[in-house]
Amino acid sequence: MLASFDIGALGHSFWALTISGLTYGSIYALVAVGYTLVYGVLRLINFAHSEIFMLGMFGQYAALMMFGFAPQGDAYDMGVAQTLMYLGLAMIGGMVVSGAAAVGLERVAYRPLRRRGAPALVFLITAIGASFVLQEFVHFVLPKLTNNTLGGLNAQQPIRLVSPSTQFTIFGATVTNVDIAIVVSALALAFATDRFINGTKFGRGIRSVAQDPVTATLMGVSRERVIMLTFLIGGVLAGAAALLYTLRVPNGIIYNGGFILGIKAFCAAVLGGIGNLRGALLGGLLLGVMEMYGQTVFGNEWRDVVAFVVLVLVLMFRPTGILGESLGRARA
Amino acid sequence: MSIGPNDPQAGAEHTDQHLGAEEYLTQDSVEEEFLPDGGVAQVAVDLADVDPVLADPEAVAQLVAPDRRIRTEVGAALLRMEAVTMRFGGLVALDGVSFEIRRGEILGLIGPNGAGKTTCFNAMTGVYRPTSGQVVFDGRPLGAIKRNQITRLGIARTFQNIRLFSDMTALENVVVGTDARHRTSVPGALFRSRRHRTEEQDALERGMALLEFVGIGRRATQKARNLPYGDQRRLEIARALATEPKLLCLDEPAAGFNPTEKAELQDLIRKIRDDGYTVLLIEHDMRLVMGVTDRVVVLEFGRKIADGVPAEVSSDPAVIAAYLGVPDDATA
Amino acid sequence: MTTTRIAETAPTAPPAPHLGAGDRLRLWWSALPRPYQWGIGVPFIALLAALPILRPPILTTQGTDFGGVLAQFGMYALLAIGLNVVVGQAGLLDLGYVGFYAIGAYTVGLLTSPDSPWNQTDTWLSRHWAWVFALPIAIAVTAVSGLILGTPTLRLRGDYLAIVTLGFGEIVRLLADNLQNITGGGRGLSGIAFPLVGQTPTRTKGVFSAGNTHLPLNFGTWWYWVSLALIIVVLLFVGNLERSRVGRAWVAIREDEDAAEIMGVPTFKFKLWAFLIGASIGGLSGVLYAGQVQFVSPPTFNVINSMLFLCAVIVGGQGNKLGVILGAFIIVYLPNFFLGRSDLFGIPIDGNAIADYKYLFFGLALMTLMIFRPQGLFPARQKLLSYGREVYVVARRAALAAAGRLPAADEDGAR
Repeated sequence: MLASFDIGALGHSFWALTISGLTYGSIYALVAVGYTLVYGVLRLINFAHSEIFMLGMFGQYAALMMFGFAPQGDAYDMGVAQTLMYLGLAMIGGMVVSGAAAVGLERVAYRPLRRRGAPALVFLITAIGASFVLQEFVHFVLPKLTNNTLGGLNAQQPIRLVSPSTQFTIFGATVTNVDIAIVVSALALAFATDRFINGTKFGRGIRSVAQDPVTATLMGVSRERVIMLTFLIGGVLAGAAALLYTLRVPNGIIYNGGFILGIKAFCAAVLGGIGNLRGALLGGLLLGVMEMYGQTVFGNEWRDVVAFVVLVLVLMFRPTGILGESLGRARA
Repeated sequence: MSIGPNDPQAGAEHTDQHLGAEEYLTQDSVEEEFLPDGGVAQVAVDLADVDPVLADPEAVAQLVAPDRRIRTEVGAALLRMEAVTMRFGGLVALDGVSFEIRRGEILGLIGPNGAGKTTCFNAMTGVYRPTSGQVVFDGRPLGAIKRNQITRLGIARTFQNIRLFSDMTALENVVVGTDARHRTSVPGALFRSRRHRTEEQDALERGMALLEFVGIGRRATQKARNLPYGDQRRLEIARALATEPKLLCLDEPAAGFNPTEKAELQDLIRKIRDDGYTVLLIEHDMRLVMGVTDRVVVLEFGRKIADGVPAEVSSDPAVIAAYLGVPDDATA
Repeated sequence: MTTTRIAETAPTAPPAPHLGAGDRLRLWWSALPRPYQWGIGVPFIALLAALPILRPPILTTQGTDFGGVLAQFGMYALLAIGLNVVVGQAGLLDLGYVGFYAIGAYTVGLLTSPDSPWNQTDTWLSRHWAWVFALPIAIAVTAVSGLILGTPTLRLRGDYLAIVTLGFGEIVRLLADNLQNITGGGRGLSGIAFPLVGQTPTRTKGVFSAGNTHLPLNFGTWWYWVSLALIIVVLLFVGNLERSRVGRAWVAIREDEDAAEIMGVPTFKFKLWAFLIGASIGGLSGVLYAGQVQFVSPPTFNVINSMLFLCAVIVGGQGNKLGVILGAFIIVYLPNFFLGRSDLFGIPIDGNAIADYKYLFFGLALMTLMIFRPQGLFPARQKLLSYGREVYVVARRAALAAAGRLPAADEDGAR
């Protein structure tokens, strides 16, 4: 019946699992920021955010193709500096595509609804519709536009710039260059975002709108601009996460590849306290690690179930998440 | 079983004086009704066409009168606030407030802004649980009861900011109120049991009578959101009465009314009392309160500062001091 | 003359009444006496039932069997009616509705498939009627699953509820996929029972068998008839609920949950009922699916199908039970209409490509509808009173009088 519980495996590969969980977790965290910011400002679950992430995967892939890389069996073997440079450029490609898509989505789908003062469910349904459209765009339209090099029914052939190689071990667990790249860049981006939200004029605008839209508007903050900025930040981070994710899962670039990851990132946002920036980061890391432990104890096939169960439990027992809701008070 | 001051004759007299209904019925009922979205819902009806009994105000008053056992004798305390204290963090909203509402009276609860009227009200209707002290209703302390059960026990309320079911017709809104006293649920409705059918018929009859009683019978098939403001307030009262309350609480029912409408409202409140209900009136407008109530309780800063008949209270120095700055009202 | 009167009595009132085609149809229909309604309704249903036999020229699908498409429509119509109870009536956004569909189908599969460890055919379920006996059991199981999902989650805010139910739908599919020893995992369960009736030398396994491909009365047509009958029964029950305390409670909860609670509506209880009833109807549809296809496997119950069901409800018009049936028809029929068609009224088209793009079109349709017509194509005008007919008749008379009078008034004004 149920897969046998393997608590022993959790014991002797604890650190390896933790490290693996942290790499996934930092990816979830970056995507979760997009959910949290939009929720904080608009009280809207941007259901289509998973598609923004998916577009980011294609964005970085397209960027690599433009630089002359092609799918091949082995990883390209360039120097560290050159690899990092191209990774950086690919990340920018992902960020540009995701950021533009997020802002475009806001313009086309959500702004008209806001003008009409639509209820929350209408936004959610629009988001579902947008999600369909973006997925099917990549599924059917993108291959036609790119002469079948991008998109379509199957996952893209991976372009590997770097192959995982062990750098050092802690407590008997190996840490690869890919792990380091993912965690370090995710933390750097998260830190930068936190500084941006909590330390700049733009960030103050976002927080003020999240806390009290009416007063913020009266004080001269442009709500529309803040909303655009929120979607932009969320999109850009999703684009960055997309590159990191493809480093970890090179063959995950497919039109419906954003769905499950999006759900998990949302779950991470709720876990940390939706609307709370630092909560999203904490929630992402926690979820990544829990998922790894759960996967080891219950079996690989139950990995996705762990996230959903965590989500349900959190909502039932602490609906405001670990750090509590509210972007406005993120500083406290 | 004693029904209290439920003299049909008295009710009828008031109906004759009741301006609203007469005014409505003399107008041509069809032409002025067209609202942009059109359809059946905007047309005025004459409920006497449906049920000829409703043409007779006496019969209407009799249909509307409460028909349930009340343990408390007429004139005895129906609801007692016993040293109720309500604390929110460091803020003391109510400080050992005690008073009683006697069966068959109209009690006014007044006080300047922030005096604790609404908190008091919420403590009675189960929205908040008192920090200390208790509320005793019809011989029974209101402890940990769900809000819907409090309504079924016999405390009904209206809302200061109107909260009708805006997509339902006026009649349907009232029938939702009558449902509070119904006992059939899904199985009964699914198979249309005998009791279900009786209840539905009674609900419809009583619902129509209630609409006639508050003077908006001809609005029966119009959607609540399309009703004029004053009629929406009347509909709220009808909906609350539909639950056959032992105590009807009106939360600032005259907000936004002009003097004529206020006078009509006074008549309606008296008519409700004469029909056998006990009424608690929370109001800003001193003239209205002094004109209609039998007794008045005055709150200031969460404390009771006066309790007595209107003439007594309005000459009470403490009350005058509390209302200083609004001499016009205080001398009313 | 009338015009001047209007001008005098209500100078600020908008000048003309607007009675849309739908409103007129509704008025006309509800003003008819009951016998007339039966007289029109019964032949209309008969006509619907006869569609797969009549095979009207343009309507009949080319790429797939028309009877089969209609049978699928029947299942989707049931799903739409059930989901409408939850989403349209009670206003609870359920994105995991496909989970109930799956549970209904898998219950029948587990009870009657030879691949299942719990196969009961030929023990206490007779071979001929196994499907019929499994039906109430499956409905009961789905109802219980609705209760299990609803009890902890219905206290959540609307948008959270949506995500949690989405998770539920996905978990059900993952369970079906992962519990290989029971559900057959990715291989699925085959050989599911169907009613063995009408066996003839040409139809060796009866009319409901997938082997019955004799047009026009092939197995699709027969299953379409079964689903049509079930739709009528379910509509009667749901209608009874709608015009009762239950339906009013649902609408009240949808409109203002706090106010409903304060008006004495036990909101949690009625939300749970909505979930349970919606789940049972979804389960019923799953039972039909299992019987018709005689095979269940996890991919059929992908969460994206939940979105498709939701699409049917939204497009049709939340809260309108006939509207959502039309919504289901659009969702099922349109892609199949284009499938295998190379020209439409003489214009050459690539029908297969259009059918492939269905999610793209549905997505665009959802987005545009939400902006321009969030109430759906056929918005609800619910009747929430059992004995309100008299009141509505009086209102109707007034409305008809007014509508009849005012176009004339416009003409007067123009002259």
